[in-house]
Amino acid sequence: MQRKPAGRIVRKAPLAGARRAHPRATHRAAAGTTLLMVGTRKGAWLFRSDPQRRKWTIDGPHFLGHIVNHLTLDPRDGTTMLMASKTGHLGPTIFRSTDMGRTWTEASRPPAFPKAAEGARALAVDYTFSLAPAHPSEPRAWYATTCPPGLFRSEDAGVTWTPVAGWNEHPMYWKWNNPDAGTPDGSILQWVTIDPRDPAHMYIVTSEGGVFESHDHADTWRPLNKNVEAVFMPNPNPEFGQDTHCLQMHPLAPDRLYQQSHCGIYRLDRPGDEWVRIGRNMPEEIGDIGFPIVLHPRDPERAWVFPMDGTTVWPRTSPGGRPAVYLTRDAGESWERQDRGLPRAQGWMTVKRQGFCADDRDPLGLYFGTTCGELWTSPDEGRRWRQLAAHLPEIYSVAAMTVA
Amino acid sequence: MRVLIPSQLRSYTHAAEVAGVGSTLEELTQNLDAQFPGIRFRIIDEQDRIRRHIRIFVNGEAVNTLATALAASDEVQIVGALTGG
Repeated sequence: MQRKPAGRIVRKAPLAGARRAHPRATHRAAAGTTLLMVGTRKGAWLFRSDPQRRKWTIDGPHFLGHIVNHLTLDPRDGTTMLMASKTGHLGPTIFRSTDMGRTWTEASRPPAFPKAAEGARALAVDYTFSLAPAHPSEPRAWYATTCPPGLFRSEDAGVTWTPVAGWNEHPMYWKWNNPDAGTPDGSILQWVTIDPRDPAHMYIVTSEGGVFESHDHADTWRPLNKNVEAVFMPNPNPEFGQDTHCLQMHPLAPDRLYQQSHCGIYRLDRPGDEWVRIGRNMPEEIGDIGFPIVLHPRDPERAWVFPMDGTTVWPRTSPGGRPAVYLTRDAGESWERQDRGLPRAQGWMTVKRQGFCADDRDPLGLYFGTTCGELWTSPDEGRRWRQLAAHLPEIYSVAAMTVA
Repeated sequence: MRVLIPSQLRSYTHAAEVAGVGSTLEELTQNLDAQFPGIRFRIIDEQDRIRRHIRIFVNGEAVNTLATALAASDEVQIVGALTGG
């Protein structure tokens, strides 16, 4: 039996037709509490703040022992929460809640590839990596991305899912992807990013192909990787083959894209198609390697990254054991270190692709979760940091939303 | 026939042992899914392969294909194995 939802969204996602705001335009989000949705290798946790974001309550574990790659709430209806889950033994599925995580029901048809013809190469979903609400004009539609690289769509708020043939059966699929290789977590289609001005215009990113763009609702795709390095390839500047860890489109300036790649931090201003490596402006001793990148929702010039060591055998831990986020206020022309409150030494943190996020409050709250199970927050746009939780399982994803 | 359910799947069956029908393992998994919606995809992938960390035994003998023939008197045991940590 479903119970009454505990909260509703105060701020909605950017509307279609949004135009670029003044670079420094800000407005104060309505009062509310911040809901943090944390997916880990061993279950999910929900953290709720007081209106000032000083005190937090913890709710969990949900689905203890389940591998939760992503957990998020639909900003369009404020009630539909979806969780991408599997276990060590059991296959992948999607759980849904419409009462802020009190009760859950399983999708009746989780993401799955079509049955392959006899003798054809066959794909099976290993896990769903991310869940993304579709355009606001398609209010019950969602996308799911998987390992191996698959794109799936739901028209009924996550109850049933169908493969998106335009990607999964693209004539170039087996050239653009290598499902048998990939990252330590497999070959992944990591993100869907949808243009708020046009539901048919979207980008996806993969771990063996880089960025791809569609203008026709995912029917056709083309690579968008010019100038993005792939130093692990014989040709370090291929048309495709890059490993994009995270792509962000600014909600108020959708022609501005940022990506944190396996090989640096980049910016692209459309309709241009040549990425600029803004990570070259990071301090040399820090480098520009990492997994996530987070944007300021009211300022297209500001972005944060969490640098990790990409030298020698690529430890992917905070450089020198001194964790910090780096902020740019000028679209990557310069970067400043923010580490107040973080360990000064012996802090060997790794933050994965979906492990760093922002809320929509003013000042902006930032949140990241580490692979050693620490959850950190800054209530003032990165100036000060404090630990919200330690000793959680390995954190895969952190999503924040303001709820009433 | 008697079907023994591992702890990992009891959120579906709420029982350690259930009754199922089918003349093949494929039919049995379809029957179990009709009784306990969603259970099949957790143990059989979309290419009709038994998932990597699921083992199925018929009368104590390991089987690896859904084409395995079954009789009503058989005992089928589903086991979650070889993962964790």
